[in-house]
Amino acid sequence: MNAVNSHITPDGRTIGAPIMEMKNITLRFGGVVAIKDISFDIKEGEIRAIIGPNGAGKSSMLNVINGFYHPQEGEVHFRGKKRKSLKPHQIAKQGIARTFQNIALFKGMSTLDNIMTGRLTHMKAGLLSQTLWWGNAQREEVENREVVEKVIDFLEIQTIRKTPVGRLPYGLQKRVELGRALAAEPKLLLLDEPMAGMNVEEKEDMSRFILDVNDEFGTTIALIEHDMGVVMDIADRVVVMDYGKKIGDGTPQEVRSNQNVIDAYLGVAHD
Amino acid sequence: MLYREAGDFKTTYAKDQQTFPIAFDRRGYFLTLIIAFLVVPFLVNDYWLNAILLPFLIYSIAAMGLNILTGYCGQVSLGSGGFMAVGAYASYKLMTSFPDLNMIIVVLLSGGITALVGGLFGLPSLRIKGFYLAVVTLAAQFFLVWLFNKVPWFYNYSASGQISAPEREILGYAVTGANVLPWVSYLFCLSFVFVLAWGARNLTRGANGRKWMAIRDMDIAAEIIGVDPLKTKLTAFAVSSFYIGVAGALLFSVYLGAVEVGEAFGISKSFLILFMVIIGGLGSIFGSFAGAAFMVLMPVLLKNIMVGQFGWAIDLAAHFEFVIVGGLIVFFLIVEPHGFAQLWSIAKEKLRLWPFPH
Repeated sequence: MNAVNSHITPDGRTIGAPIMEMKNITLRFGGVVAIKDISFDIKEGEIRAIIGPNGAGKSSMLNVINGFYHPQEGEVHFRGKKRKSLKPHQIAKQGIARTFQNIALFKGMSTLDNIMTGRLTHMKAGLLSQTLWWGNAQREEVENREVVEKVIDFLEIQTIRKTPVGRLPYGLQKRVELGRALAAEPKLLLLDEPMAGMNVEEKEDMSRFILDVNDEFGTTIALIEHDMGVVMDIADRVVVMDYGKKIGDGTPQEVRSNQNVIDAYLGVAHD
Repeated sequence: MLYREAGDFKTTYAKDQQTFPIAFDRRGYFLTLIIAFLVVPFLVNDYWLNAILLPFLIYSIAAMGLNILTGYCGQVSLGSGGFMAVGAYASYKLMTSFPDLNMIIVVLLSGGITALVGGLFGLPSLRIKGFYLAVVTLAAQFFLVWLFNKVPWFYNYSASGQISAPEREILGYAVTGANVLPWVSYLFCLSFVFVLAWGARNLTRGANGRKWMAIRDMDIAAEIIGVDPLKTKLTAFAVSSFYIGVAGALLFSVYLGAVEVGEAFGISKSFLILFMVIIGGLGSIFGSFAGAAFMVLMPVLLKNIMVGQFGWAIDLAAHFEFVIVGGLIVFFLIVEPHGFAQLWSIAKEKLRLWPFPH
């Protein structure tokens, strides 16, 4: 971390140099331009929000970051190096994890197994060792279980450890999905609408978990969210997108007073 | 009352992750093993062996194989018959080319060869999913049967086009050929079943099994957490084909003795194994056994009732057998689409609370 670039927030967190830099990204699907010449960065240790109306290209942006889409123009720099065109599973191994807008859990597996899948990038035992359940396989299973149990404790989901996730209510499923991403111990955590469809209490819980993750583990977080109250409360910096273009970038206060953003997304208060 | 986890506290993660976490289950498992290995060999006779035990054991292996691919990894396959043929012909070529090769090694190598072939036919699975993949494996089925019919090298240029297993011994006891003692072939197959079932359980409960199930349940999310889809699917195809190849080798060399490829390994065999997996329960090792038992025992039972009890003509009974087995499959799938394994786990859940469910 570059000491010159780092600063400490009023609540005592350290924000460092950019961990992820998007440079002049343009993404097209045929004739449709989903993302148009967007540049922004995500600094180590910060909570970065991406907001904008529906169809603005926010999810496409996350998909570029974790390698589902490959932009036609522009460069992605991760941890100071230009990233080659990689497949999603290779990017996962570099330390980027995410959750999905619509829950993408493994329905046939228990909560424990779902979160254990988050550890797969840390498990290296060969096929033979696994078949015999001997040596590496058994040792890794126990070691990674310990990490997973910490995540389970952290998210307060001990009681549903062995429940198939298909049987869980929506809010808990969202939490398990966050757990799966956390178990990977990512450098960068992408959250696609982590609070969609939640009531106020669930949103408060989820906000608390996001802040705790950032605070305790120092995980850098980029999230898409529509609830402006939440975004303004927890984000350090906000990118605003509209029709594939960046129309605002800065602290929540700066963004809130940006006329373009008000016109496109926030609107004005009516008395 | 006996079936309780209360008081059975787990103090390590290793203990919590064992296959049979409930003491009662564990005892039942060891009891079954003891009976299967130490009691049954003394009781077994030719009828029981050929009508029930051998087909049950061998099809259990095949069902486990298909269950790994379809039940755990979610890739539908209609090529099991063809892959069994690969195992059978591989074992035939190995037995005739290397007469001194130990039969255990022959069977394992046959599985290995089938794994390579299965992996090859698994390559399209990266691009093709669901029904379309089923059609690709169907092509494998027809191609393989055609190949073994057309190329005389595979059946050593015999006039009939059949292959027949020469006699091979292990520790002085014949395991293939005409002079096999019932208990020897039983123990030979049972040992394979035991080791392979144990291996399948280990493979499916750890990291590898989670990769397979992740691909099955949601392939996009699986990729995002670092699962390489091609490698994972190919592993499933290879491991599954290994099991099916071993089953094919055993079916040919130990059970049938002589086969003609279209007859023994046709498309109906693929469906038979698929039915076993579906009826037994997708994604369950126990289900593979239950499904194999159902599909092997049901026809025998029906025949005994219709011919033995009611005195019906044999051909009439044979036709009725098809109707009844087919009807039972439909009935069963409507009542319990997740198969015997699901019924079993529901029963166990009820048993935990019995007799005080509230």
